[in-house]
Amino acid sequence: MTNAPAHETSAIPRVGGGGGNRHAAPTAGPAQAWTAEAGTLVVEVRDVNKHFGSVPALSNLTMLVPQGRITVLLGPNGAGKTTAIRVITGALEPDKGGRVRTFGYDPAAFGEFVRRQCGVVSAKPALYDRLSGWDNMQYSAELYGLGRNASAKIRDAAGRFGILEALDQRVGGYSTGMKTRLALARSVLHDPQLLLFDEPTSGLDPESSRAVLDLIREMTSEGRTVVMCTHLLIEAEGLADQIIVLEAGTDLLHGSQRELIDRYWPNQLVWIEAEDPAQLDLVQGLPGVLSVSRTQRLGSHDGAGPRPTCEVAVDDVARVPDIIEALVAKGVRLTKVDPHQPTLEELYFAVRNERREQFAEDEARRAPAVASGHDDEGEVA
Amino acid sequence: MAAPTAHLGSPEPDRFNWSRMWVVARTDLKSLIESRDFWVPMALLGSFFFVMVPAFLLVVINGLGNVDAVQQVSQALTLLPQQAQAAVPAAADPSAKVQYVLAVYLFAPIAVVVPLTISSAIGASTIVGERERGTGEFLAHCPADTREIYLGKLLASLIPGYFTTAVGFGIYSLIVNLVVGPNVGGWFFPTASWWLLIVWVLPPFLAISLSLVLRLSAKVKSTAAAQQATGLVTLPLIIIAYGQSTGALATGGLTVSVIIGAVAWVIALVSLATGVRSVRRGQLLGVADM
Repeated sequence: MTNAPAHETSAIPRVGGGGGNRHAAPTAGPAQAWTAEAGTLVVEVRDVNKHFGSVPALSNLTMLVPQGRITVLLGPNGAGKTTAIRVITGALEPDKGGRVRTFGYDPAAFGEFVRRQCGVVSAKPALYDRLSGWDNMQYSAELYGLGRNASAKIRDAAGRFGILEALDQRVGGYSTGMKTRLALARSVLHDPQLLLFDEPTSGLDPESSRAVLDLIREMTSEGRTVVMCTHLLIEAEGLADQIIVLEAGTDLLHGSQRELIDRYWPNQLVWIEAEDPAQLDLVQGLPGVLSVSRTQRLGSHDGAGPRPTCEVAVDDVARVPDIIEALVAKGVRLTKVDPHQPTLEELYFAVRNERREQFAEDEARRAPAVASGHDDEGEVA
Repeated sequence: MAAPTAHLGSPEPDRFNWSRMWVVARTDLKSLIESRDFWVPMALLGSFFFVMVPAFLLVVINGLGNVDAVQQVSQALTLLPQQAQAAVPAAADPSAKVQYVLAVYLFAPIAVVVPLTISSAIGASTIVGERERGTGEFLAHCPADTREIYLGKLLASLIPGYFTTAVGFGIYSLIVNLVVGPNVGGWFFPTASWWLLIVWVLPPFLAISLSLVLRLSAKVKSTAAAQQATGLVTLPLIIIAYGQSTGALATGGLTVSVIIGAVAWVIALVSLATGVRSVRRGQLLGVADM
């Protein structure tokens, strides 16, 4: 299993007009205006820290978001996903040091310009309950410089998210789903280049969730860039062009789902079950078999309890028919052969478990050192 | 929806945008108008001070006539400063003199108490309220500068208080002229000092109070805490404004009102200039962005 830092393994696209050198002297903006070209970085966050008092929210976070792609931020509560979004728009200023560029500009210096290009939907819909849906949209239209005659745009955006009929009602009377749809409509009202969605489907029924995810895909096909935070791994699966797993404010890894799975499971996996699980030991040593491990799997449909399963790593999936033939020839009665494609969920938990084990090992190593009055470098504390 | 623009152009450094400030103010005002549970008590407060109390006292004195108690009060008017005594119509009977003094000098503080109370109550919840409702997140991510948000919210707090006072002042003038006017030889109100109080002295006191209240609103953790802290800040200010306005009216000197107003304006401008920098986006988000 390999676990190199994500941003070292993925190709880093260039920054629009500004150069992508990690050690470049920080400047407030690029040498020339940002242009939407394939491969251009829309967001560049490098070695950024953010503390709330003494509590770290971001720790040396590095995060690169290419133009026209969907980047999904995954992580538990408190991992720093929302803080990362806030730093990208300049709603929060990071600690000194590090570098944040959105469209090539420092949001701290060019906040208005950056925020004008961003559409944000926060975890709470952030709507004014006493006002009507229309008034909420109008407020946004005017703040984003669309003026008071943005009726057509308001109708267009509301219609796109199926909330047009309810625009005259007070938002206080909306259902959670309606509020989310209005917030989504408001976020695209000013045609932003970068959409930042924090749990955009929370509170939505499955049908509405799917509609939102379809719209997100549609928007990237129009050239927009999406950064989305979610807890729902199944939602990220198949949607994300790039996944960034955050924990304790730092990026554990990032890359496309395929890249990440290949990195964690470089070999093909096959799950094999037999009437007599003990017979599965025979798989060891067959040609093409790299490793064998025993596991328990829950039946997906038959409601049965956990079943002993053999997880076989093979050098080539084309070997599977030969392996089956060899096992049958040895009298093994196979009940299931399942070439397994690890899911994002498995990847996520593998990463998290590995992290936990690493942390426990570090703690265990540190404890005797502290007890004997020595720090990690062996110097007397 | 239009296809995204390929070129974003070069940004200009962030500049103060007056129209965005007004958008913030207008939307807050609209939200207030939609909130009956807020403006009904405030309207009652205004009508209590500007209409009910003065009307009751003036009408009662009218009805009592020159009874002993009124004559004793009338004699006590000699304690007023010379300028104030000189302004009281000499030919009027004792009860009319008492009415005149009440109308011109003693009810002056209501013009201070009402707007300060209303505006402070609105201002106290304005920023912390955004945070509590979660709408601060929208403002923090929008292009508006924090100075525009601060001043927009200050305006949205100032206008209801000042509007209530302006309307109340009009009604109060009408009541005073209708009840007291016939006894002192015709309509006499508002006097020049009252005009100065309303248009020159009151606005800076409101601005000082609100600049402090908005700072508090940005710092505290809940609306309830903001309301309590606001009381502590505005009470001394109300007392000062009360004393200054009463003194200025009673001594009768327009110059005194002009000077008090000018000093208050200077303090207000300094307070606004520092206050405008006190709000940060992190405070709208509810995080300690230190």
